[in-house]
Amino acid sequence: MEISDVRKVASLARLALTEEELLTYGRQLTGILDYVRLLDEVDTQNTEPMPHAIALQNVFRDDQRTNSLDVADALSNAPRTDGQYFLVPQILEERSGGK
Amino acid sequence: MSSLSYTVIIGLEVHTQLRTRSKLFCGCSTDFRPDAPNSQTCPVCLGLPGALPVMNRKAFELSVRTALALNCRIAEFTKWDRKQYYYPDLPKAYQISQYDLPFSSGGWLEIAADDPGEPVRRIRITRAHLEEDAGKNIHDETGRGGDSMVDLNRTGTPLLEIVSEPDLRSAAEARRYLEEMRTLLLFIGVSDCNMQEGSLRCDANVNLHIHHADGSKTATPIVELKNMNSFRNVELAIEYEVKRQASQWQKTGQKIGDVPKQTRGWDAERGVTFAQREKEESSDYRYFPDPDLVPVVLTVQQIEDARKQLPETPAVRRDRFQNQLGLTAYDAAVIIDQGPEMTQYFEHTAQLCGDGKTAANWVTQDILRDLNAAGTPVSEFPVTAEILGTLLNWIREGRLTTKSARDVYSVLKEQAASGQSIAVGDIEVIVRERKLETVRDTGALQAAIAAAIAAKPEAAADVKSGKHAAAGPLIGMIMKQVAGADPKAVRELLLKTLADS
Repeated sequence: MEISDVRKVASLARLALTEEELLTYGRQLTGILDYVRLLDEVDTQNTEPMPHAIALQNVFRDDQRTNSLDVADALSNAPRTDGQYFLVPQILEERSGGK
Repeated sequence: MSSLSYTVIIGLEVHTQLRTRSKLFCGCSTDFRPDAPNSQTCPVCLGLPGALPVMNRKAFELSVRTALALNCRIAEFTKWDRKQYYYPDLPKAYQISQYDLPFSSGGWLEIAADDPGEPVRRIRITRAHLEEDAGKNIHDETGRGGDSMVDLNRTGTPLLEIVSEPDLRSAAEARRYLEEMRTLLLFIGVSDCNMQEGSLRCDANVNLHIHHADGSKTATPIVELKNMNSFRNVELAIEYEVKRQASQWQKTGQKIGDVPKQTRGWDAERGVTFAQREKEESSDYRYFPDPDLVPVVLTVQQIEDARKQLPETPAVRRDRFQNQLGLTAYDAAVIIDQGPEMTQYFEHTAQLCGDGKTAANWVTQDILRDLNAAGTPVSEFPVTAEILGTLLNWIREGRLTTKSARDVYSVLKEQAASGQSIAVGDIEVIVRERKLETVRDTGALQAAIAAAIAAKPEAAADVKSGKHAAAGPLIGMIMKQVAGADPKAVRELLLKTLADS
């Protein structure tokens, strides 16, 4: 795996890695990819792509409400709150939901 | 530089919240509660470890209904994927969405052309897919760099993303597409489409095809516009962006591909678009199938059953109003564009009245005017469809003249305004008290005509000799005698009486 790929993956995962760590994780990731690549030896020409590990489909729930958490419980794991909202460092770029 | 010739290319992404009671993957409420932040969350929508999402059946059904109404193909196999990105409003750090196998694709929505004389424009729909909404970030407005606040009430609300092909050619067309989309979604009952509350949102992809003298074309870089929270702002933002891109092209000559796709926000107060972030490449979202959710498989029969249950679309209803009720295309559009409530009001009125055109005249003129003046929705209007339809039926049966019906309508409104409740029975009371009923007793009318002729023999002779203008004073006399007589009927009977004498 190229070091530039490792750097990109780290950046997408918001991990600040040293040059030393980039090499270490690069080696490890390469090992993982090589191992998974063993699957390339299997002939899948006539195999349907498998969408899911278990043969289950159409699992639904009815549109019914259940109790939500108390606000205090919902916020209890947050590093910082004002008792109503989760507080995060100022967001510079706006980005609408659903994207 | 000489004037620039170009074609505007617009594609829209509409996000609409589906009308379910509970969220897409958990039982938390979907109510809009900005006053009670973070009160509608649970381990599933907070993305706590170990929580298992389970699909809301109703959300999927509403999605299929919408896609069918948009003439989409429904996939017999569909699955959900994780779209990874970091943002504070997305606690799992991925959004459950659909990537390569959306449940629907390849539809269309027809809208009126810019020029009403032109045929309707068929705007192709690329796909519609079902995903979860993110939460809401509230920014420090003081500019002092305070914290941003995150409310996760909206997180996990079912959201339908409807992507159009870049088939729209003007800002006005984009607006009409949105208006028609909203009308459709309201009529088929899948969303309340409240733009203020964010249950209908829109992003626009805009660029230009610059025309050169030799007939060739160059595409300018595509810009994605965001933060447009009303139809008017969508139109204004695109208009601004088109001018900006034209001037940018003249300055830089940048083509599509020269720069990364840019996201620009709309600043409604300043009336400008401004650069936001550079768009991440699609692959950076690292989509992969969500192992927590299983695929949905539909049979052809199930899809056909859903198609049969599809409510009447606005387009079909416009046709029916013209063909069955005799409305003009204009009146049909005016009524239907007001939404399902007004349309139902009209249909009920027309049914009781027995004449679609009369009902349409009253609804599009008197009723709309009074609703706008009062600023109330039709559901709160005191003159119900039952009352109006009955009143108009009196005209149709010849019991009231149009003018007398207007008087009754005014009295009904006054009574309602003064706090009285009004009902169908009040029509009869008002008509009786004010002696408004058209006199069909020709005996009384003939006696009054004979009396008038006797009182004004010269005028009668003038009318008989063809000077119809002289009939005025005679008709006036007769009308005084017989309150509630229809002036048209009086005139006809007077002329007939004189001609026969």
